[in-house]
Amino acid sequence: MLKMINVSKTFYKGTANEKKALNHLNLTLEQGDFVTIIGSNGAGKSTLFNAVGGSFLIDSGAIILNGKNITTMPEYKRAYEIGRLMQDPMRGTAPSMTIEENLALAFTRKAKKSFFALNGTDSAYFRDVLSTLDLGLENRMKTKVKNLSGGQRQAVTLLMCTIASPKLLLLDEHTAALDPATAQRILQITTEIVSESKITTMMITHDIKAALALGNRTIMMDEGEIILDIKGEEREDMSLNKLMSYYSNKKHKEFSDDRILLS
Amino acid sequence: MTLITGSLQLGLLYGIMALGIYITFRILNLPDLTVDGSFALGMAVGAVVTITGHPVLALLLAMLAGSIAGLVTGLLQTKLSIHPILSGILVMTGLYTINLFIMGGRANLSVVGNETVFTLMERLIVQMGQAKTALALILSIGGALILSVIFKTRLGLAIRATGDNEDMVRSSSINADLTKCVGLSMGNAFVGLAGALICQYQMFSDVGSGSGMVVIGLASVIIGETVFGKRGVTIGLISAVAGSIIYRIIIAMALKIDLFPSYALKLISAVIVMVALSGPSIKGLMDQAKIRREVKNHLK
Ligand SMILES: Nc1ncnc2c1ncn2[C@@H]1O[C@H](COP(=O)(O)OP(=O)(O)O)[C@@H](O)[C@H]1O
Ligand SMILES: [Mg+2]
Repeated sequence: MLKMINVSKTFYKGTANEKKALNHLNLTLEQGDFVTIIGSNGAGKSTLFNAVGGSFLIDSGAIILNGKNITTMPEYKRAYEIGRLMQDPMRGTAPSMTIEENLALAFTRKAKKSFFALNGTDSAYFRDVLSTLDLGLENRMKTKVKNLSGGQRQAVTLLMCTIASPKLLLLDEHTAALDPATAQRILQITTEIVSESKITTMMITHDIKAALALGNRTIMMDEGEIILDIKGEEREDMSLNKLMSYYSNKKHKEFSDDRILLS
Repeated sequence: MTLITGSLQLGLLYGIMALGIYITFRILNLPDLTVDGSFALGMAVGAVVTITGHPVLALLLAMLAGSIAGLVTGLLQTKLSIHPILSGILVMTGLYTINLFIMGGRANLSVVGNETVFTLMERLIVQMGQAKTALALILSIGGALILSVIFKTRLGLAIRATGDNEDMVRSSSINADLTKCVGLSMGNAFVGLAGALICQYQMFSDVGSGSGMVVIGLASVIIGETVFGKRGVTIGLISAVAGSIIYRIIIAMALKIDLFPSYALKLISAVIVMVALSGPSIKGLMDQAKIRREVKNHLK
C-alpha cells in the first residue's frame, strides 16, 4: 500500500549541524494497517511523515503509494490521498472561517462539482459526520473555528483529514497538546473513525501503552532508522517492560525521556 | 452640494481600488505593494485605449493589465520565493517604465475630447452630474457584489482559506500557490479598473498618480472596518467602498476649510493607517500601564 524504499534525508548537509534524520529507511504498509510509531524525541518520526506527506523532497530513495511513485510529487497533490494531523490544534484549521467552511474546503478534493462551496447536500453530510463526534458541534456549524477549544478544533481537524476518504492517514502526536481527558476522547474518536473507514493509518505517540493497545503493528524508531517492527503474536506478547528493555539493550542506554517512562 | 457629489463620485471610483486592496490585504493577508504600479498601469492602458475611441474596451484591458501585474507579483512570491513585500516593490518599480512606454514615453496623456464611459452614460441619462454618480455607484457596488459571490464559490473559499491558514489549504489538496496568484490577479484587476475609471473621470492619465495608492486604499478599508466592524466578506467589501467615500468626504471638507494644503493628503492617509494599525498595541500598552499602577498601589 505504502512502500518506502531506502529513504534518506539529511538536514543541513555539509555543515557542523548536519543531521541524518532518515537513514536508509525501508517500510512497507499493508492495506488497512494501523501502525503505531514510538521513539525518543528527534528519532525522525515526524520527518518520516513529512517525507511521505511531501513537506520536503527526500535526498534519496523512493516512496510508492498504491503503486504510484510519489517521490517527487508536490505536497498538495499528495494530500489528495493522504490525510495529516499534527500535534498543534491550530495548524489544521482556518481560524476565521466557520466549521462548515473548513469542512467544505477539506471536502473540495472529493466533492461533487458545485458552484457554491456551501450547499445543502454537503451541509447535511457535514452535520452527520459532526454528530458522530458527540461534541454537539453539529449545531454550531456557523461558529468560527477560532472560538472552539483545542480539543474541539483537533476533532474538527480529524474530520477534515478523513472526510475526503484518503488512502493513508498520518497522525503525529495529535493528542499531545490536549489535556488528558480530551486527549482520551480524541484518541477514542480516532480509533472509531479508523476502524470504521479502514483507512491505512500511522500514528506517532509518546504513550507506549496506547501504542501497544491500538492498531495491529508497532514500530520503534531511533536515529532515522526503524529499530523494531512488531505485529501479531510477537506484539501481543510484548509487554511494556519488555519493549523498554528492548530499547535500552539495543541502544545500550536508558530512556532519558521522562514522558515515555511515565506514560 | 458639489463638494459632496464630487467626493461621492471619487469615493465610489476609488472604492473599486479599495475592493482590490481588501482582497489582497484582508482576504489574502498579503502586503501587496504592486498596487501603486497597477493603478498607474490601469490609467495608462485606459488612456491609450480611450483615445482610440473604445472607452469600454479601455476598462476591460486595464483590468486585464492589472491582473497580469498581480500575477507577476504572485509568481515572484510563490515560484521564486521572493519576499511578498519585495515582490510587490519589484513589480511596481518595473511598471513605472512599462507605464511610460505604454503612454509613448510621455509622463501624462490627456483624453479630453474622447468618448468615455461617463460621456456614454450622460447620453443615456440626460441629467448631467447624476449620470457620473449613477455609473460610479453601479460599478463599485456591482463589483462588490460580484466579488462577494466569487468568494462563496469553491475557488473563492480556497482563496479565503489561503489568507487564513496556508498549511491547511495545502493539506486539503489545494494548490496554495495558485490561489495566491489568482487572488493577487483579482485584486490588481480591480486596482487597474479603478485607474482607468479615474483616468476617464479626470480626463487624463499621469504616470506618477499611482504613488501612495496602497496607503489610500488601506486607509479606506480601515475606515470602513472602523465604521461597520470586521465582519464577513460581503460586508467587508461593501465597507471598503463606504470607507473610501468617507475618506474622500473627510479630505474634501478638510481642504474646503483650509485645514491643510492639498499636498498634505498622503501624509494624512499615512497617519490614518498608522493610527488605525497601532490601535491594538497602544491599547495593550495602556492596559499594561494600568496593571502596573494597580500592582504598585496594592503593594503600598
Ligand atoms: N525541517 C527541518 N530542518 C532541520 N532539521 C530538522 C527538520 N525537521 C527535523 N529536523 C531534525 O531532524 C531530527 C529528527 O526530527 P523529528 O523527525 O522531528 O523527530 P521526532 O522523532 O521527535 O518527531 C531532529 O534532530 C530534528 O532537529
Ligand atoms: Mg515529532
